[in-house]
Amino acid sequence: MKIPMTEYLRIDLESEKWECRVCDHVIAPAEGNYKEGLLVHNRNPREIHPPVIDPDKYRYTFSPDPEWVRILEFCCPSCGTQVETEYAIPGHPPVWDMQVDVAALKAQWAARGTAMLPDAGPVVVPGRAHGH
Amino acid sequence: MKDLNTTGPAPSAEDMKLIKQFLEDTTLFLGPDPEIMQNHDLMERSPDEELAIGQNFDHHMIARIRDRLQSGCDEGYEMVEQMGAAPGAKWGDVITGIYTASGDLALASAGGVLLFSSVVHHPIKFIVKNWINEPTVGVREGDGFIHNDSRYGNVHNTDQSMILPIFHEGRLVCWVASTVHEGENGAIEPGGMPSMAESPSDEGLKMSPFKVVENYQIKRDLLTFLQNSVREPKLQLEDMKVKLFACLRIKQRIEETLNTEGPEALVAMLRLTMEDVRTEVKRRVSEWPDMSVQTYIIQDSTLRENCVVKVNCKLTKKGDRLIFDFRGSSPEFTNRATNTILGGLKGMLSQLFLCYIWPDLPRGQAAMAPIEVITDPHSILNCSYDAPNSQSLMSIFTGFTAGQHAVAKFLYSCPEKYTKVHAPAFNMINTFIWGGVSQHGETLGNLCADLNGMGAGATANRDGEHALAPIFATMADIGEQEVNEEDVPFLQLVSKKMTRDAIAPGKYRGGQGYTMMVATKDSEQWGFMTTAQGAKIPPIQGLFGGYACGTYPLSKVKDVDVYDILLNEPEKFRHSIEEIMNEQPFDGAKYTTHHMGMGFEISKRGELFMISQGAGAGYGDLLERDPVNVVKDIEEGLMSPEVAARLYKVVFDPATLAIDFEATEQARAEERQARIDRSVPYAEFVKDWNQPKPPAHLPYFGCWGDEIDTLYMGSPDVTRRGDEPRPNYMTHPKDVRIAELEARLAAAGVPGDEKQ
Ligand SMILES: [Zn+2]
Repeated sequence: MKIPMTEYLRIDLESEKWECRVCDHVIAPAEGNYKEGLLVHNRNPREIHPPVIDPDKYRYTFSPDPEWVRILEFCCPSCGTQVETEYAIPGHPPVWDMQVDVAALKAQWAARGTAMLPDAGPVVVPGRAHGH
Repeated sequence: MKDLNTTGPAPSAEDMKLIKQFLEDTTLFLGPDPEIMQNHDLMERSPDEELAIGQNFDHHMIARIRDRLQSGCDEGYEMVEQMGAAPGAKWGDVITGIYTASGDLALASAGGVLLFSSVVHHPIKFIVKNWINEPTVGVREGDGFIHNDSRYGNVHNTDQSMILPIFHEGRLVCWVASTVHEGENGAIEPGGMPSMAESPSDEGLKMSPFKVVENYQIKRDLLTFLQNSVREPKLQLEDMKVKLFACLRIKQRIEETLNTEGPEALVAMLRLTMEDVRTEVKRRVSEWPDMSVQTYIIQDSTLRENCVVKVNCKLTKKGDRLIFDFRGSSPEFTNRATNTILGGLKGMLSQLFLCYIWPDLPRGQAAMAPIEVITDPHSILNCSYDAPNSQSLMSIFTGFTAGQHAVAKFLYSCPEKYTKVHAPAFNMINTFIWGGVSQHGETLGNLCADLNGMGAGATANRDGEHALAPIFATMADIGEQEVNEEDVPFLQLVSKKMTRDAIAPGKYRGGQGYTMMVATKDSEQWGFMTTAQGAKIPPIQGLFGGYACGTYPLSKVKDVDVYDILLNEPEKFRHSIEEIMNEQPFDGAKYTTHHMGMGFEISKRGELFMISQGAGAGYGDLLERDPVNVVKDIEEGLMSPEVAARLYKVVFDPATLAIDFEATEQARAEERQARIDRSVPYAEFVKDWNQPKPPAHLPYFGCWGDEIDTLYMGSPDVTRRGDEPRPNYMTHPKDVRIAELEARLAAAGVPGDEKQ
């Protein structure tokens, strides 16, 4: 059984692995930190939240201060889907955000059965022809 | 008020009884009681409750009584909202509730700020413990108690509660209370939430719970004292009356029930409602996956200076237990107002569950009752008696966001969710607080209802709504600025216009915030303040690959009278912060930007103060956003075409905005590959990125990484242990500035020959 844990991640209860829900790539052991199986980019927040007012004239511009905060972008190494972001203080170790008790998860789903699986999944997959 | 510490052999039980009796008999001051203040669980069943529940009332009857009294609370809420004089009352910063005889909140009005009432159980328990048997006070039919001191159980001292005991044939059966964000409270700045407060003594009225009503009449001598202590004496009177009458209306509804169903049915209903909710919460929690989720939220200022203040959260679910561990969050600031009492944080977490996670549950104290909360003593989320907390909302709201962010990761896999999986809402009160003497000669101090226009977070299947609601009152309104302008001497020249490019991108984007520009017109004694964080670091996190919001500054234009401009050269006026600040259209004016912690500042006629409400967080990978919705955002003025094209990789005709879907697919595929190319494997990344301590260039407060035992205090070299309080003083920003300037003078060779 594969349990969807986030928009882009699931846990395969048999293999006990985190997997990408977009491309089925096996990411990391389920009891570990899924981020360890992803790629990371240290993004300057100015590129995502553009200055609305002129940074050459003003100290505060609607854009985060890149000396004070960075955006860690975690993506799937196989399909490039952005799985998670983390707004981080420079140098602050990334957080292990989902520390799963895999045995308990197995027991919980063994009792529930597959019929209870939420059917939500990524609506868009790469390479899909557009419907418009 | 600390626990007794003994170094010798532990005293016997009998000794302890004697010691306790001695201390009770000789107490010189009844301060906040840690036994009451640290506990948010339900009180034990009382003998009266056991007796009542033992009568085995029909569940349908219990439900019927509950519905009736729920309507009674809603009626009281409507009364306060319609008749209250405080601007807060008019837009719903109000609540009413019914509390058990022991003080637990059993029912709260459907509208309003649940957070308020979920802290009022503390002062009621204080009254029960200290005043019922106190011969100089007592609790009798017709009494009413007033309260606002946050340290006895309140969010901040600007909220005032009226608390009435309800008797039936001489027996106390329950309490009713009504709470309003009043605004004025006589603090060092107008409006009731001073960010300049450096100790509780700067925070205005500090009413521990005391009797202000006898025989259903407000005592005039005490009223006069209270009026004399605040800037708005008429407001103080009006709203005390309004709250009293709202409580009396709820009392009337309770009495109708007492007369038809009897007191046992009422007591059983109140108790069973709470116990059933508590049981149901444990059942729902047990459906979540067993897991720990970690996150942190950064406050980027104390409202006086920019710094990095960590709110650290590890949420653990095991079986039917749910534990919020906030250890590692910043130490409390000894002389800054952004600390909160623990009850405020817990109240806001109960708001999270009852407004965002399980809104179908009856509103009261019970939903939060079984959920555990761990904090460090004397920390920003559990501050001491001596720490100011008039700006506690900063910590309460960022604590809420940490919880909201963590909970979403539990909910995704749950078969039954009750609500949509939700990215964090915007969490700052970006609005103008104002005060002074109005065009009608009245002394006023309050704020614009725009604090209620926070952008909503995106959900798993749709965009966040713009300027939707404040996180502390999901049913509140942003009010009618035009109505307000009849009473105040300023105008919002631009209002409710979305701030372009202040975005939170994602597959579903966050709801955006709007621009506010104010300028004083008809008073020479009028000013503004703003109290929000997030001008350097966003105060929220994104969800599942979505981004948080950007940052929001305060912009000022001085040495200008825009009313003259509007009269004589109207073509020069611009309707966005972007245009006014970048084009600088007013000759000779001075244009500046600031963080959002502006202490109260007197404004001259026609000077512009400009801010924006914020966006909720985005959800999911922005490359999955439907290109049609990207272009819709451009058309609606939420995003400029350049930003949209660059971020979302949508290819469109700049003139017609017609989308080239094929080219868009291609551009997005290329961007996914580009991501892979520019990113590095985690293990390699952390080798370069991870540092053992906070960076020296940032004044950093809180733990670093997972090491929650050590709290940094503004520098990599100054720390305290999490469990060992230490004072944490900040230098006055003006002294910091003077030191900088003196250093520059010295560097420039100006002789330091002043006498010392
Ligand atoms: Zn993938």
